[in-house]
Amino acid sequence: MNPVSSFFHGVADRFRALPRWGRLVVLAVVVVLVYFLPILNPPVITTPDSDFGAVLFLCAMYALVAIGLNIVIGYAGLLDLGYIGFFAIGAYTVGVLGSAHAKVPLLLCIPAAMAVTLISGVVLGAPTLRVRGDYLAIVTLGFGEIVRLILVNADKLTNGNRGISGIPTPPSLDLFGVPHLVWDGFVARVDLDNQTRFIKFSVVDSIPYYWLALTLVFFVLFLDWRMQNSRVGRAWEATREDEDAAELMGVPTFRFKLLAFATGAAIGGLSGALFATKQQFINPDNFTILYSVLFVAMVVVGGQGNRWGVVVAAALLTYLPERFRDLSDARFLLFGLALMALAIFRPQGLMPARRNVRAKRADEETEVLEEGAAHA
Amino acid sequence: MDLLLSNFWAYTIGGLAFGAIYALIALGYTLVYGVLRLINFAHSEVFMWGSFAAVWVLLALGAKGATGLGLVAFLIIGFAAAMAVSAAVALGLEFVAYRPLRKRNSPPLIALISAIGASYVLSEAMGLRDKPFKWFGADDNLADYVGRPREASPLPLDVPTVRLFYIFDYHVSNIDLIVLGSAIVMMVVLDQFVQRSRLGRGIRAVAQDAEAAALMGVNRDRVIRLTFVIGGAMAGAAAMMYLLKIGVTRYNAGFLLGVKAFTAAVLGGIGNLRGALLGGFVLGVAESYGSALFGSNWKDVVAFTLLVVILLFRPTGLLGESLGKARA
Amino acid sequence: MLLEVENLCVNYGRIEAIRNISFTVDEGEVVTLIGANGAGKTTTMKTVSGLRPVRQGTVRFEGQDITSTPAHERPVLGIAQSPEGRGCFVGMTVLENLDMGAYARADRKTPKIKEDRDRVFGLFPRLAERRSQVAGTMSGGEQQMLAIGRALMANPKLLLLDEPSMGLAPKLIQQIFDIITEINKQGTTVLLVEQNAAQALKRAHRAYILETGEIVREGTGQELANDPAVKAAYLGGDV
Repeated sequence: MNPVSSFFHGVADRFRALPRWGRLVVLAVVVVLVYFLPILNPPVITTPDSDFGAVLFLCAMYALVAIGLNIVIGYAGLLDLGYIGFFAIGAYTVGVLGSAHAKVPLLLCIPAAMAVTLISGVVLGAPTLRVRGDYLAIVTLGFGEIVRLILVNADKLTNGNRGISGIPTPPSLDLFGVPHLVWDGFVARVDLDNQTRFIKFSVVDSIPYYWLALTLVFFVLFLDWRMQNSRVGRAWEATREDEDAAELMGVPTFRFKLLAFATGAAIGGLSGALFATKQQFINPDNFTILYSVLFVAMVVVGGQGNRWGVVVAAALLTYLPERFRDLSDARFLLFGLALMALAIFRPQGLMPARRNVRAKRADEETEVLEEGAAHA
Repeated sequence: MDLLLSNFWAYTIGGLAFGAIYALIALGYTLVYGVLRLINFAHSEVFMWGSFAAVWVLLALGAKGATGLGLVAFLIIGFAAAMAVSAAVALGLEFVAYRPLRKRNSPPLIALISAIGASYVLSEAMGLRDKPFKWFGADDNLADYVGRPREASPLPLDVPTVRLFYIFDYHVSNIDLIVLGSAIVMMVVLDQFVQRSRLGRGIRAVAQDAEAAALMGVNRDRVIRLTFVIGGAMAGAAAMMYLLKIGVTRYNAGFLLGVKAFTAAVLGGIGNLRGALLGGFVLGVAESYGSALFGSNWKDVVAFTLLVVILLFRPTGLLGESLGKARA
Repeated sequence: MLLEVENLCVNYGRIEAIRNISFTVDEGEVVTLIGANGAGKTTTMKTVSGLRPVRQGTVRFEGQDITSTPAHERPVLGIAQSPEGRGCFVGMTVLENLDMGAYARADRKTPKIKEDRDRVFGLFPRLAERRSQVAGTMSGGEQQMLAIGRALMANPKLLLLDEPSMGLAPKLIQQIFDIITEINKQGTTVLLVEQNAAQALKRAHRAYILETGEIVREGTGQELANDPAVKAAYLGGDV
């Protein structure tokens, strides 16, 4: 096991060893800290070249994407290279309903976006999940590109390359202001002139969007945890490890794969909707196929199947290029090098899921037994 | 519909010419998949590097404005440069991105991640090619080569379009002829090599059963290097044809073409050489007809929809999989 | 000694498949390794042909240490294996498969190849009839013959046969063993791994019995065939 993951598991073990109230306190402190991160604006961590709140919003949004894709890749073992397609459909559902062709309020647009992506997940998955794994990768890659091309070409519906603007924001409450901290070196000072209104969504301040995205992340993580520890989660694991054996044990593998695919799609749609309402303007350039590749990288870097791992990886892969903007020209080059290095030196991801570690050990043992039974 | 019917042969020949390019790139995907069961995601960048090799060599030789026999010579040099560089890049790719993984038996998804990483590195390195020269202050002298690295670079060759003869109502041009002719020659040579030669048989043996092949004395690593070199050379040839058809290349020219070529390989049955050829031509023609029917904007949608539909009805592609089983 | 295996240990992951086994094969012999499922027979075979890395011990061929020689260099030395489960190239014709057998030979362009091919066709007339048929479309017995014939095309000094009788009809088993005896008479040394202990012991000059990765008995074929313990465990009482 590599140092990163043993540190990670060490922390997790320490945490589990705490009494119940201790766990709650630790959790609460961490959660509050994470929520207040853009207010605290801590030196070193903050991004000097871009709006820290906006960067954090992107981190949270991509974390949501990674959680969704992790269900597809990490749990069900389906390599989906077209996830950006669902993200785009979610964003455009909000754009079309909320601005371009109707004025539906955002709170209704979001469930609609999830419903539309869920359905498109089923429509794409039903015929394609029967084909072999490698082919699924290319079919989904094609799907992602088809979605973008349709966005460009279906001018009447999507405004084509001009995109959709004036996408509605979530309803604001605007109760009170939260002043930011500013730092002189390592000395903090409360800046009363610079306040974030709680809770007012607008173009000028990304922090309320960050809070919204973060809340969704925690909510979806909770659902994800419930799901993985249920009968559904075990069925996914069985399907991923050995599809034929799972089928023999009475697991309708196809239906469970479809469920994973569609659930992942719906979460992708939710992230897309979030993106649309934050940006208030979308066009097809926001949804190129390169993002699909980036999403897959997040899941693999995080360690497929490990929900916290993929969240951290998504946040890091979003944050690092923003933090080190000076290198922004070369960031895709560095990203590529990092992926290669990862594949060569840390093939299980930075934080492999425990289940995978276990499964690998079991595999080694069964190989010997099989070698005996089948060959000797 | 009328557009397609009234220009049927123009669309067919145009589609076939593009199909030839897809097919040659698809060969690289299919060969590597055959012996390694690996989607060489970075193969598209091998193609892109080949296209720049042709541009640079012809720039260096001052090919612009050449006519007659000189032009023919430069064309051949362009092909040779693209094929050599693409083959070298493919070999380097195998060495850096795949061999270390093979040594430790990594699962396919990890190899794909490495491939994706390598693909970024190769295309971004091209997109940032001015940087190292800037450090040494040499970028002014080399502006034609490395200036404006994110923009399109034209092929420095004036190939006049000459209409040669008619196929029904379509007047075939010299470029159609060069592209289709050289593609077909290369495909036949490669097919015969794989079917008849000893090394070709080695490739097929490894694709069918790597352990048994080792027992016969086939050096698997050598076969793998060979497939990367052959695939690279074919992509290089495709790069030169692409330059002749399109006229320019750029650092990200490989991506979409690579996806299409992979589509062609899957369409024909990945791992199957003749399948890749058939898939390439079918895809090229289908795209061409599609753009006539629905407008050129929808060309790519037609291509991918075709892929999805064919996989639904023939999950192993038109000709089935496996390098060796293809005896059609 | 043609082949000497000394103190060989082979692991799969952290599990030992073979522990400290030693055996020898002399020129002109038929030597057999018998044992139950999972005893390590195939692993031993794969180690001799170089497909499995060795953790400890040495393999010597004609006195030369070949422990770390890669598999694809061993046919050149004169070791050829017909792999377990046949391992024919199913997409190639019979002729192409036989040519693959001669892949590593230095004299592959001389008429000697044709002579060897005729020898194989003499041993297996079925293969001559089906020379242009694709291997994947042939029966199990025919594929087994092809796998043995293909290994013979390497003109080996040592022929490794891994379970040549597996999955064959009783009549065919008899025939295959007759051919193995014939091959040996023509001058090729044979190392045979078998589950069909009765036939294997009858044909072998010497035999080793493998149990859970260790050699537990050795002797001439006849000695072991008459040993009561071996009879009870491997021969089902009567032969």
